[in-house]
This record gives sequence, C-alpha cells and structure tokens, in this order.
Amino acid sequence: MSVELGHFALVLALALALVQFFVPFVGARIGSLSLMRVGEPAAITGLALLAAAFAALMLAYVQSDFSVVNVWENSHSAKPLLFKITGTWGNHEGSMLLWVLILSFFGALVAAFGRNLPPTLKANVLAVQGLIASAFLLFILLTSNPFARLQPAPIEGRDLNPILQDVGLAIHPPLLYLGYVGFSISFSFAAAALIDGRVDAAWARWVRPWTLAAWAFLTGGIAMGSYWAYYELGWGGFWFWDPVENASFMPWLAGTALLHSAIVMEKRSALKIWTVLLAILTFSLSLLGTFLVRSGVLTSVHAFASDPTRGVFILAILVLFIGGALALFAFRAAALAPGGLFHPISREGALVLNNLLLTTAAATVLVGTLYPLVLEAVTGEKISVGAPFFNLTFVPLFLPLLAAVPFGPVLSWKRGDLMGAAQRLHFAFAAAVISAFLAFFLINRGSAFAALGIGLGLWLIFGAMTDLALKAGVGKVGPAAAFSRFRGLPLSMFGTALAHAGLGLTTLGVVCVTTLETERILTMQPGQTAEIGGYALRFEGLQPFTGPNYTEDRARFVLTGADSLRLGELISSKRLYTARGMPTTEAGIRTIGLSQLYVSIGDATNNGGLVVHMWWKPLVTLIWIGALVMMGAGGISLFDRRLRVGAPARRKAALASAGEEAS
Amino acid sequence: MTRKQKRLAVIGSGMGFLALAAALTFYALGQQTSYFYMPVDLLAQPAGAGDRIRLGGLVEKGSIVRGEGTRVRFAVTDYEHTVPVVYDRILPDLFREEQGVVVEGAFGEDGVLLADTVLAKHDEAYMPREVADSLKERGVWQEE
Repeated sequence: MSVELGHFALVLALALALVQFFVPFVGARIGSLSLMRVGEPAAITGLALLAAAFAALMLAYVQSDFSVVNVWENSHSAKPLLFKITGTWGNHEGSMLLWVLILSFFGALVAAFGRNLPPTLKANVLAVQGLIASAFLLFILLTSNPFARLQPAPIEGRDLNPILQDVGLAIHPPLLYLGYVGFSISFSFAAAALIDGRVDAAWARWVRPWTLAAWAFLTGGIAMGSYWAYYELGWGGFWFWDPVENASFMPWLAGTALLHSAIVMEKRSALKIWTVLLAILTFSLSLLGTFLVRSGVLTSVHAFASDPTRGVFILAILVLFIGGALALFAFRAAALAPGGLFHPISREGALVLNNLLLTTAAATVLVGTLYPLVLEAVTGEKISVGAPFFNLTFVPLFLPLLAAVPFGPVLSWKRGDLMGAAQRLHFAFAAAVISAFLAFFLINRGSAFAALGIGLGLWLIFGAMTDLALKAGVGKVGPAAAFSRFRGLPLSMFGTALAHAGLGLTTLGVVCVTTLETERILTMQPGQTAEIGGYALRFEGLQPFTGPNYTEDRARFVLTGADSLRLGELISSKRLYTARGMPTTEAGIRTIGLSQLYVSIGDATNNGGLVVHMWWKPLVTLIWIGALVMMGAGGISLFDRRLRVGAPARRKAALASAGEEAS
Repeated sequence: MTRKQKRLAVIGSGMGFLALAAALTFYALGQQTSYFYMPVDLLAQPAGAGDRIRLGGLVEKGSIVRGEGTRVRFAVTDYEHTVPVVYDRILPDLFREEQGVVVEGAFGEDGVLLADTVLAKHDEAYMPREVADSLKERGVWQEE
C-alpha cells in the first residue's frame, strides 16, 4: 500500500513541478504577482511529496518487501538494518529519486528563505527549478520507476553489491548530490537573470551562499568517495582518474571558479557575464556527470544497470538544459551591462587567473574523460586514458595555480602591488623554502620533487596564516589590539584562509603519499615478520569468521614499532558474501599519527603461505583531512552575517564592511 | 591601460592558457594512451618487447598458476589466439577462469605480457565492455 502511495506521490510531484515551472514563469512575463507567488507553495509541497515517496521506498527496503522489483534486486533480508536503509540509494532508481528529492529540497529552501528576493527573480528561479525537476521526474517515472511491482513476490532478495554495503556509501551519495544538485540553484539564478536581462552585485550576493553550500557538500562528497574507494577496493589508491571520479571533479573545479568569480562580481561588480556563464557551465558539468554515471556509457561500480533508453533520455535532458541555457546566454548576455575596471595586478586580476587556470584544468579533465568515448563512437577504436594523461595535463596547470593562491588574498582590490604582496608574504615563503630544504635532506629517499611538493603545500598553509595575521594587523598594532582585531574579522575571511590551508593540507598529503610511499608484496608464513615503514608486522595466521550475510578468512597481524613495542593487531580479510557468492577484500588499515599502514591479502600459496601486499602511506590522511577542512571552511563562511541567505536587507552594513576590507 | 587593452590582456592570457592546455593535451594523448587489443589482433600485428598495450579477453581455462610466491601466471584468450601473462600483485577478487578480463602492461623479451594492472570487476555479472563487444562480433560468446 505504502509503495503505491509513494508512486502516486511521485506522479503528483511531477504534475506539481510542471505547475511550478509554468505558472510563475507566465506570472513573471505578464507581471502578475499572484501567479508568481504560486511558485512558493508549489516548491514546498513538491518537497513534501518527494519526501513521502522517498520514505515509502525506504520503508519497502526496511521491511524487505521483495514484491518491489527494486528491493528484490538490491536487498536481502539478512542485510544489516543500516545497509537496508542506505541501500535505498545504492541503486539506479533509488539514487535518481534521491537526486530529485535534493533538487526539490533546494528549491523549497529558496521558496522559504528567499523572502528578500525581487518577486520576478524568485519566480523565474523557481520556474527553472520546476522545469529541471519535471524533466528528471519524467525520467524516473518513464524509465526508472523504483516502485515497480513483481508478481509473484520472491521469497528472498538478490542482495546489494557487497562493496556498496559500507558506511562510506551511506554518506558519499547524499553529500555528493547535495553538491551536484546544489549548483542547480546557481544555474537557475543565472537563467533567471538572463530571462530578466538584469544582473547586478545583489544578484551575486544571493547566488554566493548557494554556490558556497553546494561547493562545501561536493568537496565532502568527493573526499568521502575517494576514501571509500581507498579502503574498500583494497588497491590502496586514493584517486584513479576514473571517468566517474572525473564526473564529480569537473563540477568541483568549475564550482570553485564560480565561487571566486562571484566574489569579484559582488565586491567589484566586474566579471558579470563570465560569472553567469560559469554558473551555467558548473551545473552543466553536474548534469554531464549524472549522464556519464547513470546512463551506462561507462562500466563502473556506479553503472548499476545499462539500459539504452535511459542513456538517450538523460542525454536529451542534458541537451535541453545545457543547450537551452547557452542559447539564452548567447541571446541575452550582450544585454548585461559590462562591469567595473581593474588593473591586471589586483585581487580581481588574481581571481581571474584562478578562474582561467581552474577552467582550463577542468577542460583538460573533460577532454581526457570524453575523448575515449568520442573516439570509439567515431572510429570504433578503443583506447584508455588514465593517470599518466592527467599527470601530464592537469598537474602542470594545477601547480602554478597552487603557487599563486597565497598572493590572491593579500593583493588589494582594483590596483595591487605585486612587490608589496611578495614582501608581505616573505615570512611564509622563507618558511616554506626552509621546510622544503629540510625535507630534501632529512627524509631519506627524499627526492627534489617530493621536497618541492612539500614546500608548495606548506607555502599554501603559511600563506593562509600570513593572510589572517596581516588582516589582524600583526606587526602594525600591538598584540592585544591585533588579537581583538583578529577576533573581529568577518567569518568569511577565516573561511578563505581555512579553505586555502585545507588545500595545502590535501596537497601535502597527495605529495607525500605519491613520492614517499613504500610498498611490499610478499608471501608470508604464519609466524613470519615483515618490516615496512619502520614497523614490523608478524603474520599470526588465518581464522574463519562468520558475519551476518558473509563469511570471511581473517588474517591477523601483530604490529610492533621500531623499539619492538607492541602496537596492537591489524586484521585484513577476504570476505565472501553468500547471497551473491561474491568475494571482496577488506583491507586492514592502521592509522599511526597522520600516516597509515595498509595491508591487503591475496591467495594462499601451495606451501601454506599467504600473499600479502602492504603499503606504508606517509601523511595519507591529510588528503581527506584537508578536504574536511575545506568543507568546514565553506560552512564557516556561510555563517558570515554578510552572506546569510537573504542578506540584502543588511546591504548597507555589508557595503560598509566591504569598504573597510578594501582599505 | 584602457578598457580595451585590459580586456585584450585578459582574453590574451585566457587564450594563452587554452593553447598551453591544448598543447599539453595533444602531447599527452600522443604519449600516454594505450590501445586496446584482443589476442587475435596480435596475430595480425605482433607486438615487440617493451610495447605497452591493454589486452582484453577471457582467462583461459586451466591456465592459472598460483602459489609461486607472489607471482601469478595465466593466459588471456579469445579462442583464436592466446597470450601468456605474468602478474606480480594481488589479483582482483572476481578474477576467475573463463571470465572476461582486461590487463594492462608491457611485453617482455620472451613474448610474455608483464601486467601491472589487471582490471577488477565490480559485479559478478560484469564483462568488460570492450571484450564483450569483440567476442560477440565474432560469435564466440553470448550474453547470458
């Protein structure tokens, strides 16, 4: 019964989404306030309906209702409750439903909290949101109905793909979707501004919090996905340049650019047309990501099922929205008034450089991701583009960007002074160079590349610290005055500094793990000891173990430090999920400080040994800690009172403090 | 600088970056892509020592030799030609006889492919798409 109700709610939501598109849009055209107002209740009711549909599906999963095809295909009665719940979005249909649910969540937020928005802008934004929601709801209902029934109902389900039965999966898709779909708001705002033919600094102030929130969620989602792949797949890698990873990375790059160009637009009302274009491109890349991952053109863990009609449908949605928005842009962009002037060497100039490098880097990732698909479609030739390609293209573009980051915040608006900025940063620069030298001489097998990378990561961190110190006036005023100024700094300045420091932490982690990692593959007999990274691992033997829906062979290792201090046990196992008869590797990971010891086991050998692959990964956790710091920095900035959702009411105060900042 | 000059400077540097990115991309595509082969393709154009390829096919029945320490030997076949492969790491969980596989590596002097990557499947029903297409084309394998 609840399943039918869920299905019904989904159909109603589609009807309502069409109303949400059509009525406010017409209202905004003819200037009827009562028609424009229809958008708000429609958006909020739409969210309620989709939440009900999602809850109905989740209930079917919790109750193991195998008369629902989707539940039968992806669940099992013996599956732990947590994975029954998370299994709701661990499949194509459920995850598309989550996608639309989050879309309508953002739409409802605009409806509920956008009280200060001009009515036409708000009506147009909600109309565009309604159009996106209707397209995806139609897609779900026509090609991927999660509520389809199965007659007669089977007794047992086919279970969820074991590698998806994991806490990482519980968090990764919702976070990622909050990011992907959050950019739809920036997109809708851009489309609404183009329809209106009007865009100003206030527009940028409305768009920025949404972009910031989406960006923070996307950062967390990507980091979570990367950590999940790291520990669950048992290969010990944190990033594979796999097309599905790139699919989420491209909107992140474009979104980061958007975040920065929106600052220029808000503060200096320059780069208007570019910001609008970026808002469109960012969400277009999110849609492209959805297409790549959901259509089945790529074979991966995300391609739950490949059904050609789905691919064609999403492609049609993609063409409609990207093409439509770009066409709108082409026709209306000229109507937008050009923005303010600035000198190339200025904070605006630095942010333009940031944008150029980020978008070019995103373009190389796009080429690397799509080229094999296009080549195969055109010539039938099959090639693979992997990590070496991205190391040759993306990395050379990204390194100068990282090196330039600390300059941005210390340059002044409009006309900056590069020498002055360099002078202000000399402490940070000296500290980074000294650390690089120390790294080169102290770390054994430290290469020049490792030292440079470590210096670069620290340069970002020290640069961010210097930025805050300068803003607080350290050196200019007394310590007490500096401290009180420091406490009085707007939250968004802390956000900027923290985000840049987080980027530095991630850089440091990536550099250390790629250049200083050690690995060993060997056959171990019970009782045998192997040394890695200054630690010793003694293999104690294999033990069978039975879990709720799997059996496994656990290899126990006793870990001892350099001074033969016992540090505890490490367990790595080979698991067999009985319902699907599918084996998985559960890596044994031990975090020591910020580094990790990572052990995967392979097959038993003829003479009673076991193949063991072990890695020492120095500072690897910094990769994800840095991402969490960036995510937190986004959150802190969101709480800045100047950025609060619907902030224009305090416009005067905001302008006053922006004036202070510029000095 | 006038407005026009400033705009030109921005557009110019933008073009500069794009040109740099394009150059890097073309260079990298020329250098760093490996072509996909089936064993039968190697009959027509044999690969020499040191050639890096991606090879797809089925794991030949009875060819897997494990237990020599960490080394695993197996052969990839498409029922017309068979290529011996050596892999010195832990095989993916779903590596089995007569199942689709994609290996990446370079040929040694003895014509054995030294693989550094053996592509894992994420799902037991998964067949690498390149392999499936090619086998179906020649009618030696059908989707179940």
